[in-house]
Amino acid sequence: MVRSEQTVEHTLIKLQGVRKIYGSGQAAMHALQGIDLQIEEGEFVAIMGPSGSGKSTCLNILGCLDTPSAGTYVFKGVTVNGLNRNQRAQLRRHYLGFVFQGYNLLSRTSALENVELPLIYRGIPAKERQKRAGQALDAVGLKGWETHTPGELSGGQQQRVAIARAIVTEPAVLMTDEPTGNLDMARSHEIMELLVELNRNRGITIVMVTHEPDMAAYAKRIIHFLDGLIESDKQNGGAN
Amino acid sequence: MLWDTFILALREIKRHVLRSLLTVLGIVIGVASVIIMVTLGSGATVQVTEQIASLGSNLLMVSPGRRLGPGRDSTAPPFKLADAEAIARDISSIAAVAPSASQPATAIFGNENWSTTINGTNNQYLKVRNWSVETGREFNDGEARAGAAVCIIGNTVREKLFKGQEPLGKRIRLGKLSFQVIGLLEAKGQSTMGTDQDDIVLIPIRAFQRRISGNKDIRLIQVSVSDGASTEKVQGEIERLMRERRHISSNEEDNFHVMDMKEITRMLTGTTQVLTALLSAVAAVSLLVGGIGIMNIMLVSVTERTREIGIRLAIGALEREVLMQFLVEAVVLSSSGGLFGIILGLLACAGLKNVLQVPFVFNPGIVILAFLFSATVGVIFGYFPALKAARLDPIEALRHE
Repeated sequence: MVRSEQTVEHTLIKLQGVRKIYGSGQAAMHALQGIDLQIEEGEFVAIMGPSGSGKSTCLNILGCLDTPSAGTYVFKGVTVNGLNRNQRAQLRRHYLGFVFQGYNLLSRTSALENVELPLIYRGIPAKERQKRAGQALDAVGLKGWETHTPGELSGGQQQRVAIARAIVTEPAVLMTDEPTGNLDMARSHEIMELLVELNRNRGITIVMVTHEPDMAAYAKRIIHFLDGLIESDKQNGGAN
Repeated sequence: MLWDTFILALREIKRHVLRSLLTVLGIVIGVASVIIMVTLGSGATVQVTEQIASLGSNLLMVSPGRRLGPGRDSTAPPFKLADAEAIARDISSIAAVAPSASQPATAIFGNENWSTTINGTNNQYLKVRNWSVETGREFNDGEARAGAAVCIIGNTVREKLFKGQEPLGKRIRLGKLSFQVIGLLEAKGQSTMGTDQDDIVLIPIRAFQRRISGNKDIRLIQVSVSDGASTEKVQGEIERLMRERRHISSNEEDNFHVMDMKEITRMLTGTTQVLTALLSAVAAVSLLVGGIGIMNIMLVSVTERTREIGIRLAIGALEREVLMQFLVEAVVLSSSGGLFGIILGLLACAGLKNVLQVPFVFNPGIVILAFLFSATVGVIFGYFPALKAARLDPIEALRHE
């Protein structure tokens, strides 16, 4: 009994028979065709696969941005399927952090203000917000760049701001979609090292979609998608 | 949270200063014109009422025909001097009764001549009109009774005929006869109708009847009611007396009219108010157009900021919060437009005060109303774009280039 309770406690994400169908009838596109997946707290999972294999769709569902057409998704013991838009927004606000390929920072807005954004929606007072946003920027190595706007930062720096924005709320899971997609090799490795450090030192669970084996190699676990199904799911012994 | 939203809205507006200014221009112009119309309108109304009040609130005007003004029935028989005397004798609570008859005439002094109005009346005329003789004197009893050839002239007549000379004691020609100037009226300026009140020559009524008009007609009897007495009661008594004297049977309508100042005020301010309302309505249309302008720009802004909305939704903004953000932005835009409009309108009124000779009447009601209206315009026209933003699908919005 004790063992199974512990298992429940550690299981952050549980997908069972998850399908996603876009459109209907003959034009229907089966993006996911029955995914079973379980992710424990503290894991660093890389999702790989060719384009159209359903990996981004899966990440959207995991990130509570989208809902499955069939099957169940349980996040932290909460069944996400039955939740409406606002309830899912509440989940994202409290437990999830996002890092996108295109950084997706607010333009003409300073780095500090960008990082503050999720804290605003949590209703945290301005002073506390600024303090925590400053700490998050410090953590990603951008101390001194607080007042710079995205236009004044390099791609690598912008992605660091995006990571700071994602971790400032101390989320349970960091969802990242091709975080190094727009960066050169050197910058990509820096970002990956930052993610590994966040996973190791802060215990943040990371789910990362990538198509670059070099980047996936940083993860502890690598899942391969093909045609909307999981092709392989392996622990990455050589990681870190 | 609302304060943060407000700050956010200000920041967003500051980012597009020119666009925001152009957006609110419609509201600015709309609010400014409403303010100008209403302020000038109430100024004109105040001016009219003030001028009427200067005549004295207890003035009654008795005239033949059913009503005063255009369409007046000229077939009704005029009054006689005896009618005015009867009013003075038979009705209590009366301070003064001034019968008058007037006609235009040319006044000549030396080489100067001037077209003016001769008004045949008595000394009580000055009393009912709150007027006084500045230099010289009023008619004496003998002059009034005999219809002597004496006159009291208004300031305009003095300027035109005498230039810098002393008028008192001089003789001027009115029609075929020469009249001695015995008094000079104090200057009164323009009347409510825009006529020059100082362009007048007063002569005794009997002199007017005998030497100028050649008949016994009285066109107007002005009655001043004693202080504290009821104007309505006196009005009723005069009506009864006149019906009796003019032999009007009980089933016939009056062929004369007794008008009190309230009625005159109503008549004159009515026109100004209708005009003000009409112009304000036209100005309000531009407010509406301004509102549509705001909606247009907000829709553009939502499309332009689709990605931003996607980011906000992805990191956990609720629909309500995104809705509020855009709504607050629209309201801040429109109400700051309203504020500018109010300032512009009031400045314009202060400037126009001297040009149009209308007093500046600050009307806080319309200022508050205009501000609230502009804010409401923001809510109404901002709601649809805000709803559009809030309903965006975060995944689609993030993909938007």
